[in-house]
Amino acid sequence: MNLDDLADLAEKYREAEAGVDREVRVCLAASCQSSGAVPVFDALVAELGDAKPSCKVKGVGCMGLCSAGPLVAVADREADLQGSVLYRDVTADDAREIIASVDGPPVERLRCPTDQPFFARQQKIVLENAGIIDPDSFKGYVAVGGYAALIRALSEMTPADVLREVTDSGLRGRGGGGYPTGLKWSTVAKMPATQKYVICNADEGDPGAFMDRAILESDPHRVIEGMAIAAYAIGANKAYVYVRAEYPLAVERLQTAIRKAKRSGLLGNKIGDTQFNLEVEIRLGAGAFVCGEETALMASIEGLRGQPRPRPPYPAESGLWGHPTLINNVETFANIAPIVREGGEWFASIGTERSKGTKVFALAGTITNTGLIEVPMGTSLRDIIEVIGGGIPGGKAFKAVQTGGPSGGCIPAQHLDIAVDYDSLKTLGTMMGSGGMIVMDETSSMVDVARYFMEFCMTESCGKCIPCRTGTQQMHSILDRLAKSQATRAELALLEELCEVVQATSLCGLGQTAPNPVLSTMRYFRDEYEAKLGDT
Amino acid sequence: MPLPAKQPNVRVVTLNIDGRDLSAREDETIIEVCRENQIPIPSLCYLEGLSVWGACRLCLVELAGQGRLLAACSTRVAEGMQIQTNTERLQRYRRTIVELLFAERNHVCSVCVSNGHCELQHMAQKCGVDHVRVPYRQASYPVDSSHEMFRLDHDRCILCTRCVRVCDEIEGAHTWDVMGRGSDCRVITDMAQPWGESDTCTSCGKCVQVCPTGALVKQGTSVGEMVKDQHFLPILARRRHPQ
Repeated sequence: MNLDDLADLAEKYREAEAGVDREVRVCLAASCQSSGAVPVFDALVAELGDAKPSCKVKGVGCMGLCSAGPLVAVADREADLQGSVLYRDVTADDAREIIASVDGPPVERLRCPTDQPFFARQQKIVLENAGIIDPDSFKGYVAVGGYAALIRALSEMTPADVLREVTDSGLRGRGGGGYPTGLKWSTVAKMPATQKYVICNADEGDPGAFMDRAILESDPHRVIEGMAIAAYAIGANKAYVYVRAEYPLAVERLQTAIRKAKRSGLLGNKIGDTQFNLEVEIRLGAGAFVCGEETALMASIEGLRGQPRPRPPYPAESGLWGHPTLINNVETFANIAPIVREGGEWFASIGTERSKGTKVFALAGTITNTGLIEVPMGTSLRDIIEVIGGGIPGGKAFKAVQTGGPSGGCIPAQHLDIAVDYDSLKTLGTMMGSGGMIVMDETSSMVDVARYFMEFCMTESCGKCIPCRTGTQQMHSILDRLAKSQATRAELALLEELCEVVQATSLCGLGQTAPNPVLSTMRYFRDEYEAKLGDT
Repeated sequence: MPLPAKQPNVRVVTLNIDGRDLSAREDETIIEVCRENQIPIPSLCYLEGLSVWGACRLCLVELAGQGRLLAACSTRVAEGMQIQTNTERLQRYRRTIVELLFAERNHVCSVCVSNGHCELQHMAQKCGVDHVRVPYRQASYPVDSSHEMFRLDHDRCILCTRCVRVCDEIEGAHTWDVMGRGSDCRVITDMAQPWGESDTCTSCGKCVQVCPTGALVKQGTSVGEMVKDQHFLPILARRRHPQ
């Protein structure tokens, strides 16, 4: 298959849909499903029946505004989310009115304006197809230009060309560390080995983070395409997606996508009539947070106990079964196809000096618009929370936002104007992490927040190294006593010292970053800790 | 005419440890070079002859130009490294780690069979731990005396996994393993069955000899009587895995 063949195929799939002018798109991602999207979908299908052949009810992926789910969009076939009429909090009883509105006036009662900042201020690259295409449909993905980047890379570019585009794009790892993706790829590419592996890390475990889940549920082919391009660039013929078993819907859609891609010759042997072969396999995580750490993840794939090992050697040198291995996050792979399609330079024109492109954030906590957003790097935190997120509900005052999950920290109100990128967050004592943002209002106790995250780290510690295994447990008991106003000043000093020791001496990222929530809340809200002391 | 010299696969590098200039093969780790040159590096999970585990974090050293500490057991030497093994900061961290170890289980030296022959006790003495600032966890653990020759006391285990590794790598039985997560971790025999009922255990006693504390001991030993002999290990390891 070459580019022309693929273009013909896309044309064919589009023509097959030519009779459909209007689409009723029902979000069938996990969040909307949990608020009852499946009965809505069934009711809409039943209501439509054969009445309007030019209209089609379609299950799609995440539209972003999860707090308003189930979401239904009525749109022209080519229209995007903003060009559609969006309905919120839809129930099965609304089906009749919605179907009637397909060629009539919109149902104002259910309407959710799409010109509000939540939609208007986003810039979608990773989520460009989310909420528009049917994630289970291979044809749907090809019809919007899917797999063209892979075929183009295979037929017109050398692996070195791909590496150059990715390096030029300035893309950095979206899993949290922010390691330059181009550098990681070229390191693995340079290894003189015959067997190499590509791994997609979909073991998203931060509390309040659901970016990777939404991407896999909304546009799984895009991740597969990114992985295939990566495998071609580094010379791998085997890839694994390590996805947590708590994401059954993502797993199911990914399985469907892999099966269909394979059947169409876009995975397997001689992809696109070239000498490039790639097998993609899914491995399920059994629920350990530490398995998101790359060495623990690889141990888990190998069938061993999921615990980290010292680095170096890094996976790029000695990874899965000792072979050079490339590990990237879901969102990183989801950025690859657009980079190959539009060029690295285009990608590098978006974002800030040292953080390029866009970032998907999951807004959670006490914020009006809970859900998924994608904004360019460098968007100010104030824009994200107050404008896009719609601010704090109930007239309460903003207190802090937690980024980076249990490895990150809190950002207080006085720093709301910073431009969010990898480096600015680091200077504030937190980190980008995978993109979860938990917003807290004035009623939240920061000692409780620190205690919550420490409890998380304590129960998720694998138990291999002593600082993390016992240090987190000791820190948690001090925080627990603090929260109950029982701790002494000496214990507070001990807490600070334990933070330093655990941070400096732990084996892997889990332990090294476990003290961050404590350190950052202490940095900005020390008075709350002082006020909780029992002996003053 | 002599044959041309075959180029060796491994290079030799020079590095500086605590102000001393030393030479080493580049496939050696920092701890191996230190031990060879009588530079003391504290460690509990590392044992010559077993694979590297990197879990006790006591062998952390400072490398000039690198903010992060490196574990001497798992870091290979490189040309020009400037290493400090015993700074005030490292001493402070080591003291805290030993305190955490003592507080984790129920380590009471005065009633322990390994009193006076215990590596954890020696470590505490060397690191200057004269009291433990964190509270003891006071968790209750069982004692497994089901084996006719040996005894397992979880209260004295520090989860260094030397027993797991020696059983797997040297004896080849893989009787031992670790179960649980975080502070629930404990070593188990077979599928968490009593040791005496283990099908795989050969009763060779290697695990007892490599155990640094009184967690694994011979039956019938009383306070202070349990002396361990680990000399067999490097010899056996060389025979099992010839260089």
